[in-house]
Amino acid sequence: MENQLLSIITFLPLVAALILALFLRGDDVAARNGAKWLALFTTSATFVISLFVLLRFDPSNTGFQFVEERQWILGLTYKMGVDGISILFVMLTTFLMPITIWSCWNVEHRVKEYMIAFLVLETLMLGVFMALDLVLFYLFFEAGLIPMFLIIGIWGGKDRIYAAFKFFLYTFLGSVLMLVAMIAMYMDAGTTDIVKLLTHNFGSETFSLLGIHVVGGLQTLLFLAFFASFAVKMPMWPVHTWLPDAHVQAPTAGSVVLAAILLKMGGYGFLRFSLPMFPVGSDVMAPLVLWLSAIAIVYTSLVALAQTDMKKLIAYSSVAHMGYVTMGIFAANQQGVDGAIFQMLSHGFISGALFLCVGVIYDRMHTREIDAYGGLVNRMPAYALVFMFFTMANVGLPGTSGFIGEFLTLVGVFQVNTWVAAVATTGVILSAAYALWLYRRVVFGDLIKEALKSITDMDRREKAIFAPLIAMTLILGVYPSLVTDIIGPSVAALVSDYHAALPADPAALAMH
Amino acid sequence: MATIILFAPLIGAIICGFGWRLIGEKAGQVITTSLVFLAAALSWWIFLTFDGETQRIVILRWIESGTLGSEWAIRLDRLTAIMLVVVNSVSALVHLYSFGYMAHDENWHEGEHYKARFFAYLSFFTFAMLTLVTADNLVQMFFGWEGVGVASYLLIGFYYRKPSANAAAIKAFVVNRVGDFGFALGIMALFFLTDSIRFDDVFAAAPSLAETNLTFLWSEWNAANLVGVLLFIGAMGKSAQLILHTWLPDAMEGPTPVSALIHAATMVTAGVFLVCRMSPLYEYAPQATAFITVLGATTAFFAATVGLVQNDIKRVIAYSTCSQLGYMFVAAGVGVYPVAMFHLFTHAFFKAMLFLGAGSVIHATHHEQDMRNYGGLRKKIPLTFWAMMIGTLAITGVGIPLTHYGFAGFLSKDAVIESAYVGSSYAFWLLVIAACFTSFYSWRLMFMTFYGESRAHGHAQDHHNGAVHETHGHDDHHHEPHESPLVMLIPLGVLALGAVFSGMIWYKVFFGDETALRNWFGMEVAAHGDTAAHGAEAPAEAHGDAAAADTEGGTMPATDHGAAAHGIAAAPKGALLMLPFTPEEQALVDSRLDAAKVAKAEHAPTTMINAAHLVPAWVKVSPFVAMLIGFAVAWLFYIRRPDLPGRLAAQQRPLYLFLLNKWYFDELYDWVFVRPAKWLGSFLWRRGDGAVIDGTINGVAMGIIPFFTRLAGRAQSGYLFHYAFAMVLGIVILVTWMTLFGGAK
Repeated sequence: MENQLLSIITFLPLVAALILALFLRGDDVAARNGAKWLALFTTSATFVISLFVLLRFDPSNTGFQFVEERQWILGLTYKMGVDGISILFVMLTTFLMPITIWSCWNVEHRVKEYMIAFLVLETLMLGVFMALDLVLFYLFFEAGLIPMFLIIGIWGGKDRIYAAFKFFLYTFLGSVLMLVAMIAMYMDAGTTDIVKLLTHNFGSETFSLLGIHVVGGLQTLLFLAFFASFAVKMPMWPVHTWLPDAHVQAPTAGSVVLAAILLKMGGYGFLRFSLPMFPVGSDVMAPLVLWLSAIAIVYTSLVALAQTDMKKLIAYSSVAHMGYVTMGIFAANQQGVDGAIFQMLSHGFISGALFLCVGVIYDRMHTREIDAYGGLVNRMPAYALVFMFFTMANVGLPGTSGFIGEFLTLVGVFQVNTWVAAVATTGVILSAAYALWLYRRVVFGDLIKEALKSITDMDRREKAIFAPLIAMTLILGVYPSLVTDIIGPSVAALVSDYHAALPADPAALAMH
Repeated sequence: MATIILFAPLIGAIICGFGWRLIGEKAGQVITTSLVFLAAALSWWIFLTFDGETQRIVILRWIESGTLGSEWAIRLDRLTAIMLVVVNSVSALVHLYSFGYMAHDENWHEGEHYKARFFAYLSFFTFAMLTLVTADNLVQMFFGWEGVGVASYLLIGFYYRKPSANAAAIKAFVVNRVGDFGFALGIMALFFLTDSIRFDDVFAAAPSLAETNLTFLWSEWNAANLVGVLLFIGAMGKSAQLILHTWLPDAMEGPTPVSALIHAATMVTAGVFLVCRMSPLYEYAPQATAFITVLGATTAFFAATVGLVQNDIKRVIAYSTCSQLGYMFVAAGVGVYPVAMFHLFTHAFFKAMLFLGAGSVIHATHHEQDMRNYGGLRKKIPLTFWAMMIGTLAITGVGIPLTHYGFAGFLSKDAVIESAYVGSSYAFWLLVIAACFTSFYSWRLMFMTFYGESRAHGHAQDHHNGAVHETHGHDDHHHEPHESPLVMLIPLGVLALGAVFSGMIWYKVFFGDETALRNWFGMEVAAHGDTAAHGAEAPAEAHGDAAAADTEGGTMPATDHGAAAHGIAAAPKGALLMLPFTPEEQALVDSRLDAAKVAKAEHAPTTMINAAHLVPAWVKVSPFVAMLIGFAVAWLFYIRRPDLPGRLAAQQRPLYLFLLNKWYFDELYDWVFVRPAKWLGSFLWRRGDGAVIDGTINGVAMGIIPFFTRLAGRAQSGYLFHYAFAMVLGIVILVTWMTLFGGAK
């Protein structure tokens, strides 16, 4: 059992999806409920099993644990494992999926297929975080697009097809470049085993390509190819524009998964591939990435100020928060990377909860227009409290998990580039402005609009959905060591390997 | 014990905020209030018995990342003890007062519950403020710093139906965040420089920071000065100093007890506390402190000028607060941190009392805040009148010149002004002028409110178009003012005691006698006077050696660089650091002092505290004279010749409007920051995201989006599965191709 735990976690949802697809017939109430309960049960069970992994995980071991390896079709290798960097993303996924499933209890359109889509999605997302083979990783990474694409395209809003294709197009174009890079890596290293690739030295001698002086050589090229894919996934400015459209059109649960988990694949990718495998390339490109991140934070925060659609506003705020992540990663020091991972986990809870908040009132009023609301506190005090909590968490209030990530990434980047740190820190001002202004327009004020006069507060199910998210946001905000104890040693190893791999004299790089 | 003090208000807030439906609103109110009273009693116990030795109580691990380590911990020293008393005493009294003040509120409908929420917010604020003042490291302080910001935001916007209250709440939070921007950068810089954010490590490294340069943004800076200025930007936001002061007057939208607690006595003084707490750093940052002095003095002057013409009773007191905070910063800026704390301490009593008194007036007049509609209230609410009178005597600094007998403000404000004279003549003159203005607007408030004829009925027609008016819910009330209930008067009485006696009782340890002062703050007595004459470096080393033995257990980071590597063993002992003058400073100071006094003096004027006692007599008398002038003019304007103010305003119309509109800061910021930000956001969205990014990418994708839009026009969800299938197929083909190409082993 022990050495197959990861596979069990990964494929349990897929098995449930197959059962649903093959054995559940009809579309009556009983069938719908059956689908929902099975999905909820499976995702919960997955979470419980993943807790075992977490409990048995040894943080002081910076290598991969629970490793499984076997031969697979076409001579490919199936290899899974987790280390300090990936395990918490696995936990984030398994933790959020039951909540997500429970949040779409009111869906009535093609319930069975909806559940199948989410279950398959969970398998694929978990696979991304555990895969230790390039081809396997690529499979999970790309296939993950499909269920999400369907969720937006079938259960989405009015312009869902446009949004679904924009989403697909952006992410897929990046992936093609990544595929080419993976082939190049295989040809250079002779293996697709990620563990081996992590210790392989890819060429970093500067060469000329089509008359262009490529500083950092092969590593820079590989870095750029991966960057194309991960930057879109993050998303980083300026390839972020698919995200607001996708969020607006996606159903609530789709938005939750998209924001809370799918976006993290980009950040995970940077940590798993870019930084450790192409340190020289990363170092060459880091200033660019840092600046893109800083621009993202300011730019998207300003754009968020101008939004009239709640979901779009939160989507832009997500892009800004992901800016802290990329900034922290490419600060490439302990605080920066710790902060980036922390920020990703925390953003998973907070942005997920914010999209659920929008979902709560969207379910009632069927509009996301900010102007359609106002004065909700008068009839929905519990909702006002929850929304206020996550608004404050979103603006990075100390005591919530939102603060730790922002603070650590800023501390990290300050050591590398004070300009970037200063520009990014203005984000704390702008985020307060757009988040509180949104809150004021939706929740505060007198309740004047006729349509809202009979709106009801959250029911038990809705409150119960938020409870674990509130708990995690608070616990991690007050006692972040829960996370940093687990990621710390792995990150320390990552950072020290990274710096060891860089040429001692930066000038030497340019000389080659 | 400190732990109990810290958590009692939090427990109260949680029980009251979440449990009031179970236990009832009244029980919630009683629980929060009793817990804060408990905290206040324990605080006084600590304050009176504290021996000056810094204690450290670790509660829980907090942020740990590499060499960055921090805990939830309580640092207990004299500075903390003072703040504990201030925060908990005022908070307890405000809780009690709110029983009466919030009993009936016309902003709420019949049957609406708002009291439990109010009390929970108050207690939550108290908790956040306590974490701020007990913080043992900069990040925990930042936690409290932002926590009080949130509490302030919630309480300013307490009347959430009022658009003006909502706007003011957001403004307060966002402007404070501008300050936090500086604060956060200061923390980052300190961590970068000293590899720690714990106070002890930072303080230990401070002398070396003075000799370090740091490249920050476009230039190289002296590290100590840079960090000093960055942290002070945070203080400017929280303490409403010029440039970042605009939120404080608007914050008066909150209920009056909130103004007394948060926007007068405690939260706004956090900036002063920060500067005092960081005194071991600021002592090595002469340019940063010079900046603090100038800005503090300018704020004191600016706010006083605006206060001269305001008509809303709460806004007058708000500008007064802003101005008094400027005094405190001048004291901190010129290096007499105990005096800054002294004024903070006394100000908390008399300013809280003025606000609660104003609340009592507002309560008595059925939520009327415009002083033009008061008049003649002296007879109708005599107890409130006497409380306000004591507050006014305290804030204007009434006492017997050249002695140590007087109201609290007399002792603390004069101490500030005397120190300012030694440190900066610019600050000295502005503060004296501001003292005159303070006296004028305080007496103007008294005269307009309590003297003359009642103007309540004469202005009845203004009642519904008055700009600063709160709406009246029911109209069944009588307009006859009534005295407030006992729960509101008792806090006034207690604060009155403080406003009268707190200056005289604690004069000696805050300012009067340097040896007593150093003992009280736990500083080393040896570090002053003759031994310190070698200049600035000597005491730093002396501190290092002497304090090395008693480094608090386990506070030093395990790292080998950082504080230890800078060659300094430990932080200076005690709550504050005050270095003697450098030779250049000494020459300047000597030229300003009264030579005859210096000759007779027991201690040579080698430190600011000693020097401040040796200023010429005219300097010591000047604030008193300024106070008399202010009083006389106010008497002339509002008692003797009530027609004069109107005529003067008409004659000097531009100046009057300039002051009335608060130097047009709000308008300026609206044009320079708010509008451009909104415009830019909109522009970036429509042009940047829409036209440029999407346009380019779509263009690169060879007009693929129009193609999809066409598809979308006739697409039904059934088609989606075909596309999805195509995607799967694509992946399979790619993987297969890859395998054949050489992936197989």
